Order: sequence, then structure tokens, then C-alpha cells
Amino acid sequence: MAVLNRNHDRCNEMNFIPARRRLLKAALAPSAATIVPVRFVSNASASVAEPGQYAYFTPVEFTWVEAAVSRLIPNDDLGPGAKEAGVATFIDRQLSGPYGRAETWYMQGPWKKGTKEQGYQLKLTPAQLYRTGITDVDAWCSKNGKRPFAELDAAEQDKLLHDLEQGDVELARAPAKDFFAMLLQNTIEGFLADPMYGGNRDFAGWKLIGFPGPRYNYVAEIDQYGKRYAMAPVGLLGRDGTRVKDT
Amino acid sequence: MMTNRSRTYAAVALALAAGSLCAVAPRLLARESSHAEIERGRYLVAAGDCAACHTDEGGQAFAGGRAIPTPFGTIYSTNITPDPETGLGKWTSDDFYRAMHEGIAPGGRHLYPAFPYPWYTKLTRADDDAIKRYLDTLKPVREDNKPTRLPWPFSVREVMAGWNTLYFKEGTFRSNPQKSAEWNLGAYLVEGLGHCGACHTPKNFAGAPKRDQAFQGGYGENWYATSLGGDLRDGLGSWSMQDIVQYLKTGANARAAAFGPMAEVVHDSTQHLDDKDLHAMAVYLKDLPPHESPPAKPAMTAGNGSKEDADRLARGRGIYLDDCAACHMENGEGIAGVFPPLKGNAVVQAKDPETVVHVILSGQKTAVTHDNPTGLAMPAFDWKLGNDEIADLATYLRSAWGNTAGAVSRDKVADTRSTVVAARTK
Amino acid sequence: MATRLPPVDVVLVGFGWTASILGQELTDAGLHVLALERGAFRDTVPDFATTRIQDELRYAVRNELFEEPERETLTFRNSSDQTALPMRHLGSFKPASGAGGAGVHWNGQNWRFLPTDFLQRSHIEQRYGKGFIPADMTIQDWGVTYDDLEPFYDKFEYLCGISGQAGNINGAIQPGGNPFEGPRKRGFPLPPLKRSYGTVLFDKAAKEVGYKPFPCPAANTSKPYRNIYGAQMGQCTFCGYCEWFGCGNYSKSSPQTTVFPVLLRKDNFELRTHADVTRVLRDASGRRATGVLYVDAQGREFEQPADLVILTAFAQHNVHLLLLSGIGKPYDPKTGQGVVGRNYAYQITSSVDVFVNDIVNPFMGAGALGQAIDEFNGDNFDHGPEKFIGGGYVALWTTGGRPILQHHLPKDAPKWGSGWKKAMADNYLRTVSIATHGSVMSYRDAYLDLDPTYRDVYGSPLIRLTFDFHDNEHRMSKFLTDKAALIAKAMKPRAMHVNQREGHYTIVPYQTTHNTGGAIMGTDPRTSVVNRYLQSWDVPNLFVVGSCAFPQNAGYNPTGTVGALTYWAAHAIRTQYLKKPGPLMSA
Repeated sequence: MAVLNRNHDRCNEMNFIPARRRLLKAALAPSAATIVPVRFVSNASASVAEPGQYAYFTPVEFTWVEAAVSRLIPNDDLGPGAKEAGVATFIDRQLSGPYGRAETWYMQGPWKKGTKEQGYQLKLTPAQLYRTGITDVDAWCSKNGKRPFAELDAAEQDKLLHDLEQGDVELARAPAKDFFAMLLQNTIEGFLADPMYGGNRDFAGWKLIGFPGPRYNYVAEIDQYGKRYAMAPVGLLGRDGTRVKDT
Repeated sequence: MMTNRSRTYAAVALALAAGSLCAVAPRLLARESSHAEIERGRYLVAAGDCAACHTDEGGQAFAGGRAIPTPFGTIYSTNITPDPETGLGKWTSDDFYRAMHEGIAPGGRHLYPAFPYPWYTKLTRADDDAIKRYLDTLKPVREDNKPTRLPWPFSVREVMAGWNTLYFKEGTFRSNPQKSAEWNLGAYLVEGLGHCGACHTPKNFAGAPKRDQAFQGGYGENWYATSLGGDLRDGLGSWSMQDIVQYLKTGANARAAAFGPMAEVVHDSTQHLDDKDLHAMAVYLKDLPPHESPPAKPAMTAGNGSKEDADRLARGRGIYLDDCAACHMENGEGIAGVFPPLKGNAVVQAKDPETVVHVILSGQKTAVTHDNPTGLAMPAFDWKLGNDEIADLATYLRSAWGNTAGAVSRDKVADTRSTVVAARTK
Repeated sequence: MATRLPPVDVVLVGFGWTASILGQELTDAGLHVLALERGAFRDTVPDFATTRIQDELRYAVRNELFEEPERETLTFRNSSDQTALPMRHLGSFKPASGAGGAGVHWNGQNWRFLPTDFLQRSHIEQRYGKGFIPADMTIQDWGVTYDDLEPFYDKFEYLCGISGQAGNINGAIQPGGNPFEGPRKRGFPLPPLKRSYGTVLFDKAAKEVGYKPFPCPAANTSKPYRNIYGAQMGQCTFCGYCEWFGCGNYSKSSPQTTVFPVLLRKDNFELRTHADVTRVLRDASGRRATGVLYVDAQGREFEQPADLVILTAFAQHNVHLLLLSGIGKPYDPKTGQGVVGRNYAYQITSSVDVFVNDIVNPFMGAGALGQAIDEFNGDNFDHGPEKFIGGGYVALWTTGGRPILQHHLPKDAPKWGSGWKKAMADNYLRTVSIATHGSVMSYRDAYLDLDPTYRDVYGSPLIRLTFDFHDNEHRMSKFLTDKAALIAKAMKPRAMHVNQREGHYTIVPYQTTHNTGGAIMGTDPRTSVVNRYLQSWDVPNLFVVGSCAFPQNAGYNPTGTVGALTYWAAHAIRTQYLKKPGPLMSA
């Protein structure tokens, strides 16, 4: 089987490399097992989701993720970005399901820090990594005299995201590089997956790149070399992507 | 094998030696004809597809209990194993002949024509006897017959006496001297044991076949069975005799694939018939005249119709390319012998689009036969396409690639969907 | 206490390619065959239906068709001085679960190994001298030759309906095919697939450089096909969802499309799904297998007696069962003694992304739609100056353009932000990738054994993989990558990006599911687990079939050779073993 491209390698590699963590001073670091004290989050209200509001995120978390994804894939003159494409909704739904719960992953201990060749060795499920990461980032903001992430301006958000990506930010519990890598991977997934999963709204991602969706027959077109494929994108649920059928 | 035959020869040898040939000969003849008769009976039971009704899904062979839906309610097939209490164990050959020929069981009990005695009446006595001899060899199964679920007055069997008077023409098959021997053999099979008309002939309000419209398309078990007449559009007009033989023997040809009840018919019945009989049936079927020249409703065309029509066809075409081209290909020609063509397809262009809508909704698996073991399948689209979309798609299919059948309404799709769902959950 | 079941003639453990072939062959021989599959039953409709299968997130990203590490995985380390840690989610390789096994979700890239591949040690020694092979490289001859296997390669190709162009028929080189392939008795059952633009560009460039490109043999049907058992297949429509997906229109060769239609209907064949085999059982002597132990969906334990036990699970799962069952002497890397777990190998791959000028429509593809050159595979070239062993093909595959995982961006493209969007918009439609697919030799320090710490859902130790790339493989891979770059340059692209495989082997990014070795075949029980018929040296009524038998891995995808070996073993069982059960060869 041919190796996939470098960027794919990056997607998988960067997510689950356990970053080298420097121990935080005990005074600042709550134990991983405790529930995050409210004082670490400056915007403490609305921290619980009402039933039916979101599948997993609290409103604060959802706002945070929306802010983050809108920097990772921004709205610009090339078209809608991740926020407009519903990527935060996608991530919310994914984290509430088997992926978020790492249901198919081997999550037995003992947990040891391995080499980067040994891959993801965290005890955290994706859902837990997000919850921990989001809280930790806002806590870091607070500690450094900044407003919460979602309230920073775009340039500041970009800087913080870059720092998380490089591991240049010390978070209390979540490994920054792992958290960022997972967030970026899920953002790309949400932007480019079938719209029935909540993202890629109106085929925003597919229209950007020119992918016509899941189509099954290119017998007539495959040898029309160099010719752009004319048909508009279709999703698994049809040309509207997510329309409920009138059955 | 060391059985009847060997013992028979031994008996003959002994008898000859003892000089009493006369005493032995009838027994010898009886045993010989008995084996051949039983094999003939087995063959006829396959030709009559008795198992389709008399063997329930997951049930024991020929022990009955299968639900047969009719427009009047549900009838359950009976136990025709030779069990003396619950099956045909106590029936004589006369009893059996009367049931097959007149539709009347021992004690004068009328049978419902869901049991196709209006067709089986054509069988010769000898053939009925052979069938009974074969049934007598089956493993007896103790299984009480389930009562029918028919509302009054249909629950009263004597009602069938009236029905028979009006609609049933009893009588053994009579050769038509104007036709060839092969045609007559085909007629005997198609009009008799094949009981093809039970589905393929339209029925009147009383559920009786309209003899003057024989094989012009009818209903069976929630499906519309296409016309077998010589029409090019919705019959067998474009089929060769070899096409018919191949379809019945293998379940598919370049024009069509057997699915739904016909897949069962091919699997249980026609794939077991010999080529001579299949060819005879083809001769008979190819002799059926076309019945209708212009279609009841003309096809929708993009060029000559309204903008609404053009939009509808465009939508239907889009759905086709998105969802159907994987197998039926962009040009509607399918893949010969694998995925049937929709272009020129009789089922697609049938007078009643119920079958094509049914197939789109629930998908289908083609007949599994000795020659075609795969049982190629089409997936269900009921969850994926709404009623509007299926109506648009079916309308497109019926007018694309030179097809000439009329549009399909949303209501038709909705009705078919309810029927299909109801049948599934029964 | 396990419930004892009525005995069967043959029990097959795992129901993928090898079990399907053996099931078909041995039921034809009149035996009562039972296959035990830990996963669910799956078939084209509804499981791979065209209506729902092209779902990249569900199948390629969330791995729905594969085994779940939660139930069983392995632990991994590069070297014996490290602590092995669990592979907590799938990465480098993706084994299957469910009826059909990996035969459902493979790309369909189907090759024969070279004649010299089967004589890996003796051929190299003969050509380059004994000193050419490093002391810690434990390569071996297979005990079978290409000529032994040729009729069975042919049978597998006609089972599948491989689309291809023959290169060597009975010694006569054929134009347009692979001039380096071993001689075949006849051509492929189907002609090559229609060419995609990427393969056309590669073909032209490779020829310009002076190589002899040819269409890759594909288990994607170029025409409708009826196979050797009468099963019917359709025609590939280039949907671009091959690897990691099931095929919805019967045009990928799989157990479902090629064997199930005839096998599953036989009265003397039975399949039990959700039956997880945990041990192979033996009598008091230890030299006779009496059957297997398995756990059903409810967790109940059963003993299934059988006269003949055949392990037909995925490569390392077979090895795992042998180790857990205590069959054969486990390999000890310190002493070099023992055989079970020895000679694990893999594949070393690399790629060159080529950013071309024209629209190539990457989403139109098939799993084995590719063009390749074989000049640098096996011993097809003089290794003397290069001083490494092994090789591989260089190919441009157009398997699809699935947006999440199959987009390629230039090296300097931003990883996110508006710059990423622009890079995606500019490059998605106009990028191809040339892949190298290199062999991996066996080494003393690459092996499988049982982990001391981590357990599966049954409480049994996980299998532990110790493996890394060696200098030999890195140099060979660089050699191949340089060739790929030459061809890429000849395509006159806007840009190109070389993805060299460097550093340690890592379990994280997907590479191939070509795990080999651990229960290798051979003619000497001191250095092999099974003999040349894949029969266990220790337990004559036990066969172990799969790529676990490969003494080292060659520069081709393994399935074709696995198929051939399976038919070869089936033939030996039918014509020799059944007539006279017992060892088929002496040590």
C-alpha cells in the first residue's frame, strides 16, 4: 500500500505525540483528578449545558471552540470558514459519541510516557482532552492577565494557537501540543466530512477544493484528462446535504 | 443402488424360476413405474412451485403455515406432508385429484383460489397422481393448519361455490390442434402448473382472473407483475426465446434480472425445469400477442413539455446520476447479465409503476440459481430518498433513453411506501 | 467450564481470504468445515451498499471496518531495551474484523513475488557472496519456489479476476507488461483498467527517464467477470473509495464477491460469527491438536473439537494464538533460539508529492489503478555498488482523492489559516503522488512475543512487537525515493516534495497493513515454525496460513502471495495430508 502524503502523517503524528511536559509548580497545578475550581475560569456563568442545547459542550466550551476553529479555517475571500461551515457543531457531536469516549481505543493502564514512535499514551479520551484543554487555556489566559480565549482579538488568538501548536505554552493539565493537534485534526475533519455530520455546511469545504462528493461512477470522465468535473457536490443525503426526507 | 430395482430383479428371477411370471409381473411393473412416477412427481412439484406457499420461511418442508396475503385478508398454506392427522396422509388419489381439479377438499370443503386450482385444473389425472405419489414420500410433519384470517363473508368457505360458478372453468388441458406440439407443451406448463397468470393476469374485483386479458399484467403479493405479451415497451416483445429460457433457468439475461417473488419462482421452480420444457414455455409466451399500442399515458419529455416538466426531469436525472449510475451506468444500460438495463426495460415501463417504485424503496436481491450463485443485490433507498425524489426519479426513468411510459406521482410513491412498510412489519 | 460441542473435520480460525479459500477447497474435498470469526457477518448489500459506503469519516477516519484496539491490540517498541506500550488506537496498520477480513477493505493491489524472493538467502550469497549479508540479518529461503507456486498464483488471479497486462509468458517478454516479473503460464483474466491522468503522466515521465512502466495488477475488475466458482462480479466505476471501504458494486475482489456465493450455501460448511478463539487445544502428548477454545457474543466459553485445525486469522493474530497456546518454542532474541515470533518484518515506504499543472481529478480512482516500474525491486539490479539488500517498486497510484486524508500540500504550505485554505484550493485538484514500496528484511532484533504487562479483554497477554527499520532498509528506501524523484522531475511539475522515510519506525502514521513473519515457513524446524506446506512442525494436524509464514518481506503487496500459498497449502492437504494424515515432510 502506497504511503499517504506527508500531511496525513502530520495529522496523525502531531495529535498523539505526548509532549514533553515540564512540571508546574504545585501551588498552581490542581491534581488531575479534581474537578476544575471555578475560579480558574473567569467566565463562570453558563458552565452547564441545558438538555438539547449541545450534545457535549457547555455553552462556554462551544463558544471557545467556535472561536478557535474560526481562526484555524477562517472566513475569507476564498469562502466560508470553519465556523460558518458548522465545524464546532461537528466537533460537539463527535465528542458526545464513541470517538469522544475513545470507545474503540485501548484505554487500559498503566499509562507511561512513551517515545513519539509509540503514539498516544494519554489517559484522556478526546472528550476529556477538549474539556481539560479548553479550561486550561482559559486558565492560562487568566493567569497571564488576558481575557478568555474567545474574547481575544484575532491576532492574539492566532498567536496563542501557534504557541499551543509548538508546545510553547504550559497548561496545567492538558498537554498543549496534543490538544492543539487533536483540535486541528477534528477541525479539518469537520470542514471536509460529509455534511450529515454537522460540518461542511452547504459543502463549504468541498466547494473550496473542488471535490464533488461521494459519487460512484466516473467511467466516462476518468479519461478526460485535464478537464474539470462539472457536477456540483452531493452528500450522502443528497444535494441538499442534510435535508430531512418527506417520507 | 441395492433397493427396489435389485430386489425386483431378484423377485422376477425367482418367479421365473418358479414359473409364475404373471404373479410377479404386475408387482414388477408397479415398482418400476412407481419410482419413475415419484421422480415425475418431484419434477412437477418443482414446476408448480408448491414450496413457495407450502413451505414457510424457516419452516419444515411442505408443512404449510405460510401467510399468503390476498386483497381479502390472509390465508395460511396447509400442511401437504403425508401426516395422517394434520397433512394429506389419509387422502386418496381421488381426494387429491378433486382438490387439484375442482378446488374441493375431502368432505366437500371448498378451497380458496389462493391455492391456484383454477390453473391446476388443467393437469392430467396421471400428473396429479404422480404429484401425490411424490408427496407421499415426504417426511410427515405434525403441524396443524392455521385458520385463515379472512373477514366475513369470505371466512365462509361456501362462498367459494358461488365464486366457482361465476369465475371457475374446470377442465383438463386440451391441445390446440392448430399449434405445434411444442406450443401445446408450453401451454400446458404455463397455463397449468406454472400458474403464471395467478400474478401476470389482471383480476376483477372478486379476485378472479380476467381471462380476456390473459397475461397482460397483474398483481401478486404486493407487486405488480409485468405483462408477458408481445409488447415491446412493457412485455416480452423484444425478448428472444433464448432470453426467456435463460431468464427462467439462471435468473437473469441481458435485459432483466429476476427479483422479488420472481426470484423465488426461479430459485424454487423454473431453474429446475429441463431445457425442453423451458423452450416450450418460451414458444408459448412468444406467441402471446401485444395488447396495447400507445401507452396509457405518454412519457414526459424535456423538449415538448412545460418548464415544470423539464425541471422535474432534470431533478430526476440528477438523482439518477448521483445514486443509480454506480450499477445501472450513466447510459441506463447497466452491465449485461450483472446489473439489468433500465433502458428498454419492461418493468420500468410497466403500466403500473408500483414495481419500479417498490424496488427503489426496498432494494432487491436477484435470484440465486445454480448458474448464478451470487444473488447480486441492489440496496434500499427508502431512507435516502423522499417521496418527491423517488417520484422524480421514476418519472425520469420512464422517459429516458427512449423509454415511453408516463410520469409517477408523489402520492403513488407514498402509497407504495406504506404498502412496503406494512408488508415488512407483518 | 467450557461447553464441549460436536466435532467437525476442520476448524478455521478467522474468516478472511485464507479461510474462504481453504473453506472452499476442503468442502469440495467432502470435509465438514467450520469457520469461527470473531467479528460480524458482512456482505455487499447492506454493509457496503453504494448508498452509504462512501463515508470517509466513518470508515477511513473512525475505522469502522477494522479491529478495535479496545478488545485486542499489541504493544510496541523499537528495541528490546525499551518498554513496549500499547498501540492505543490504529495507526501504522489496520487489521480487519468481520467476515471477509482485510479482503473487504484492501485496495486490491495484487502482485506475485519474484523467483529470487523465494531464495532470498541462497540467491544473495550466490550472487554477492556470503559476506554481503549482515550477521544480524536473519533472512532465509522459503522452502518453496516461484515455480512451485506459479499454478496457485494463477488460480488466485482467476479467482479474483485480476485486471492486468502480462509481462512474461513462459519466458517470452510481453510488451506493455512488467518485464521483470516471473514467468507466468498465461495472461491475466482481465485487461488493465482504464488509465487515469496521473498514471498517464507517470507512464510518460518514466519512459523518458528510460524505465519500462506498466499497469499495476488490480483486483478491481476492468470488465464484468464470472470467476472460477461461477460467482459474478461487476465492473469498477472508479468511485475512489477502495482502501478501508467495502465495494458496493461487486467490482473489488473480496471473499464476499469471489467465494461466499458458493461456499456459504454448502451443507458441509458452517460459519459462526462473534466467536473469538482464545486457545488451540492439544492432547496430553502435545503433538495433536484436539480443537479450539472460543468465547461467544455472550461471553460463554466453548470447546470446538476438530480433526484438523487451521489458523487463518491475520498474521500477528496467528502468532499470538500460537504463543498463548504454548505451541512451538518461542523466539528469544538474546540467544537467537526458538522460532515462534521470529523474523517479523513489514514494508518501508516513501513518496514524492508532485504538484502538476493540469487538473487530475484525484477523486476518480480505484484502489489498484496505478502505473509502476519494477527495475529496482528484488534483485532486478546489481546491488554490488549499492551495498544493501532488497528493493521495491515505484508507482503512481490514483486510489482516490478523499478530502480529509488524501489531500497533498506543498512542504511550505501553512498548516492552518487562510494560507492553508489557499494551498488546499490551489493544490487539491492538481496533485499526484509517486510511492515507493520497499522490502524489509528480517533481523535478529525484530520479533513478536508476549507482553509482560498489558492484557486483552480476556485477560491474556497482548502480543508485543519489537521492530525498527535498519540501516539497510533506510538506504534502500532512499535509493528508491531518489528514483521516484527522478520520475517526478520528468513530469515537469510546478513543485515537488520528497517525503523520505527517516528515523525510527513509528506506529503512528498509516503506512501499510503488510505485517509478515512470526510463524515462518521453511525446511528446518530450528529456524521455522511451519514446513513448506504451512504445516506446524510441532503439531502435524495444525496448519498456520497467512503472511506470518513469510521469512522476510519482499517489495510487493503481500496478498497475491498469501492467496497463492493458501491454494498451495490446500492442495497439499487435499492430495497428501487427507490421504495420510501426519507430517508432510521430515525435518
